[in-house]
Amino acid sequence: MVERMQKNKKDSESVPLLEVKNVTFKRDGRYILKNVSFSLHKGNIVAVMGPSGTGKTTLLSLINALIKPDSGKILFKGIDMHELSLKDLYKVRSEIGHMFQNGALFSHLSVFDNVAFPLRENTNLTDDMIRDLVTLKLEAVGLRGVATKMPEQLSGGMARRVALARSTALDPELMLYDEPFTGQDPISSGVLTTSIMKMRDILNLTSIIVTHDLQAVTKVADVVHIIGSGEILASGSVAEILSSTDPAVVQFVSGAADGVIPFHYPTDKTLTQDLIYA
Amino acid sequence: MLKCIQNLGHSALMLAENTGVSFKFLCKIIFKFPRKLNHWYAVIEQIYFLGVLSLVIILISGAFIGMVVALQGYHTLSEFGAQSELSKLIALSVFRELGPVVTALLFAGRAGSALTAEVGLMKVGDQLTSMEVMAVDPISYVAFPRFVAGIITMPLLAILFCATAIYAGYLVSVFWLGIDSGTFLSVMKSGVDFNVDVMQGIKKSFIFGVVASFIAIYQGFHTDNTASGLGRAATKTVVFSSIAILGLDFILTAFMLGG
Repeated sequence: MVERMQKNKKDSESVPLLEVKNVTFKRDGRYILKNVSFSLHKGNIVAVMGPSGTGKTTLLSLINALIKPDSGKILFKGIDMHELSLKDLYKVRSEIGHMFQNGALFSHLSVFDNVAFPLRENTNLTDDMIRDLVTLKLEAVGLRGVATKMPEQLSGGMARRVALARSTALDPELMLYDEPFTGQDPISSGVLTTSIMKMRDILNLTSIIVTHDLQAVTKVADVVHIIGSGEILASGSVAEILSSTDPAVVQFVSGAADGVIPFHYPTDKTLTQDLIYA
Repeated sequence: MLKCIQNLGHSALMLAENTGVSFKFLCKIIFKFPRKLNHWYAVIEQIYFLGVLSLVIILISGAFIGMVVALQGYHTLSEFGAQSELSKLIALSVFRELGPVVTALLFAGRAGSALTAEVGLMKVGDQLTSMEVMAVDPISYVAFPRFVAGIITMPLLAILFCATAIYAGYLVSVFWLGIDSGTFLSVMKSGVDFNVDVMQGIKKSFIFGVVASFIAIYQGFHTDNTASGLGRAATKTVVFSSIAILGLDFILTAFMLGG
């Protein structure tokens, strides 16, 4: 019995929780992601970084099967998310938390009801239990005091923290964070990074964080993937990324405008042509 | 010439595609019965938003239309010495046509555009997507209650519109135009068949409820993710609903009168 349990544990550790295999996604004929592959095991915290508009948010949407890739597969616990029926997909999604860039709180519900929403919809918990859980979730993000407020009464940073409380309400196995540190003051940002690490340490929660915040990433991420022009330009631990001599990584880390990663969106005309012959 | 044919073909293909997408969306709403009791409570909430909050405009419009029909009808009927038939004219025109049609047009303008704006804003703000990632189907949580509420609300609003219009017509006829109150009521009673005239209007308003609610929800779900896209969607709701209501009214009237 003990051997079998150990074998099961070993299997669950060896099989990646999430595998992204050669995923390609095009929009209006333009490659957003090109043959992107990576995997992560339970308890991993992976940061996906890169310049704006390189498909980081698209990658999260693909992982959560909100959009279909043109080619490639995304396997969650070995299951191809994009092959599931809607009913089965919803079952799998209840194990994945997704925090949106803008919070995406329901404007017709109070902060409390927003956090209670996934619990009311996906569980049969009593109102008392839901009240306790929501209170604890809001306490964890430091916003128990705004439970009765409406989303429009919150600042952008607060709304994102409420969104974090809501996305973790069902205690998911995988958390997808889209720009969680944007608009956060240093204290909130620090609390957020600590929360992400605590959730990993205590609950063995796996996380994918899409962010630009290099400082925050150095504290939490086990692995960093840098995406540019739709491809993974570099992958490695935080130390490896920081000491990398790869020109793309060096440019991204140093924040230089000129380099392998273009700052300017491609155009046919030169600036002079645009200014003089316009 | 070739370009013209090409454009025509493209338009036809787009029309076919849009029709298919709309029909598929309608089927999705109809067959997405809510799995939770609170989604059904949302129907009651939506009846309040779509129906109760539209009451003021419906009742005021009904009153004015009833008064205008009374004045116009009296003017025309008096040329033939048939003023006593005024109540019949008011009741039939209101029950058969003006009640369901004007209610539906007002509904599209007040509630339909608000519905599109609300659902569209939810889409633009990623609220619909966030429902999906929380394993909640936005069709059953957002679309279904609003669709059912629209269907229930429209006939009720039409009945209230008709009642107000006829009462306003009665007031103008009796207290202004000098028609005897008893004559007004008895002529109306003998001239209006409940099963034919009143039910015809209710059937029409039920169908208009389906069409106006569907167009509003569809436009909300398919709005572009921009502020101007949201404005365009609300405008489309009013324009498409108005055309659909007036077009359908002609077809339904032709069928109902056996023409």
